[in-house]
Amino acid sequence: MHNSTNSPADQAAGLAAPVARRSFLRYSGAGLAVGGLWLAGCSKDDDTTPDAGFIDVGSSDIGILNYAYALEQLEAAFYTQVVASFYTGATAAEKAILSDLKDHEISHREFFKRAITTGRISDSLQPDFSNIDFTQKTTTSGKMGVLNAAMAFEDLGVAAYNGAGRFITNNDYLALAGKIVSVEARHAALIREMIGVNTFVANDVVDLATSSTNNLSGTGSVTGNVTGTGMERSKRPAAVLATANNFLAAGSKISANSFV
Amino acid sequence: MDLFQIINDIAKVDPEVYDRFDSRRAAFRNFIGFGKKVTATALPLAVSTLFTKAYGQNTGALPPAVIATLNLALQLEYLEFFYYDTALNSSALGLTAEERRAFEIIRNDELLHINTLRGTLGTNAIAPLTRASFDYTTSQNKTRTPVLPPLVALGGTTDPTTGQFTDKAVFLLAAQQFVDTGVRAYKGGAPSLNTNTTKDILEAALNIHSVEARHSSRIRSLRRGGVQSVTAPKSWITPDETDMNATMPLPNNGVANSPAAVGPYLAGLPATGTPSASFPNEKNTTQATLDVQGVGGLVSATAGAEAFDEPLNAETVKAIAKNFAAVPAALFN
Repeated sequence: MHNSTNSPADQAAGLAAPVARRSFLRYSGAGLAVGGLWLAGCSKDDDTTPDAGFIDVGSSDIGILNYAYALEQLEAAFYTQVVASFYTGATAAEKAILSDLKDHEISHREFFKRAITTGRISDSLQPDFSNIDFTQKTTTSGKMGVLNAAMAFEDLGVAAYNGAGRFITNNDYLALAGKIVSVEARHAALIREMIGVNTFVANDVVDLATSSTNNLSGTGSVTGNVTGTGMERSKRPAAVLATANNFLAAGSKISANSFV
Repeated sequence: MDLFQIINDIAKVDPEVYDRFDSRRAAFRNFIGFGKKVTATALPLAVSTLFTKAYGQNTGALPPAVIATLNLALQLEYLEFFYYDTALNSSALGLTAEERRAFEIIRNDELLHINTLRGTLGTNAIAPLTRASFDYTTSQNKTRTPVLPPLVALGGTTDPTTGQFTDKAVFLLAAQQFVDTGVRAYKGGAPSLNTNTTKDILEAALNIHSVEARHSSRIRSLRRGGVQSVTAPKSWITPDETDMNATMPLPNNGVANSPAAVGPYLAGLPATGTPSASFPNEKNTTQATLDVQGVGGLVSATAGAEAFDEPLNAETVKAIAKNFAAVPAALFN
């Protein structure tokens, strides 16, 4: 950082003397830039081999729309298979819920398919659900049960939309993403309730921690999940895709190299 | 990199550094938690994030639109917090253990959101609100007849700004409508947060938005008697809720740029236009000019409307919320 008013002597003295706070703030900012570059460099190194054969979503807002489209294709394919042959012992309520979820995800998928008119990724990403046992409601052995897989997809979808919002420049797209993500969050909370009562928010998906009593002025004592930020744990595309790609077949795996 | 040496060095020039970290415990805790899985490559980013949070943009000049959006959100969080807190302290409500636990979780989340928003706003935050700031019966502290008679069960007629709640069904329905209004408010506010210098704030708001939607889902499953019930309401907003809302709308309290009749599932202003500048009702099935119900072979006739939640403009949110203020001129301005 160039500062022409400082003589070399001043600068030398500065090494021993306290640095002005303003200078520190610049230092902090520089750390961010360096960190970012370092990470970018690493990601480039990583790209050479593992990303061969990956479908990259592209850059700019279209890239984010493609990213969402890929995730919606995956979710729609999952629920389509679930509804085609329900797991053993599925109740009427469970069938109704999973059928609604299928329709919602198809509606999302078809929306993106028509909204992305140029530069759209493949419309026929091939899923790989070999780690899911579609005959089981919940995980009983090595493979994921249907509800556990649904929970993984829904929680991942929420974290993905939340983490992608910052990359969107056109607010119309941000608004559309917002319209979808809250529905995904409704799904996620319901699926979680189907697995365990009052797990609709928990520390694995929302920044919460249990601690001692906390008081807000004018109220009684508040105990329980009262530390943390109460915010969803959003995820950047690379973290999301590391999970999502486990459910996509070779040749359909996704990368989002422009968004780090 | 010796992080602790760096912090010590900073302490020599900025004696407040430890306080900064301490007063923003979230930043420090994030860093420590992150440390469990931190790698050498990620360390510089983690450290700079720690410093950014400790010295961050929060105390600097936030754009006025960001301050306005966050302060509206903060007031809604207070409205919800005291609503759930009152319910948890209302013995006549007869909440089951499962219901109590759900609302403890929700209330505490709202407290965390309040703290998070206040931390982000810093000195720009409104003064803290109290239970007495709100009158959930919509009598605006006995200055008018409640606009919806059943809401009298949410505080009574004697002292509606402190009274207990007495009807669980009314409590649950209003809870659902408060939280859905909150979801629509965050959604409508998001574009105003999307500036190059406030991306972290945008992400924070999105991360609260989805938690509110999770709350709505849970309250809805409580209303229908559990996840194995097939009765209404569903865990997402169905078109019939807009129709029901239209039969018992709320007045807009004279708020400009809001419809004369407002409601949690009704349209804001304008109702049509581009996605970031239009606020349709929750029956809407047209997204960015595309029909989302008629394509894809959807089995359910309501899926297209259900699959997309709609935003509300800030003025319409204020118009709704003023009905629940003890002094409507004092809140949601």
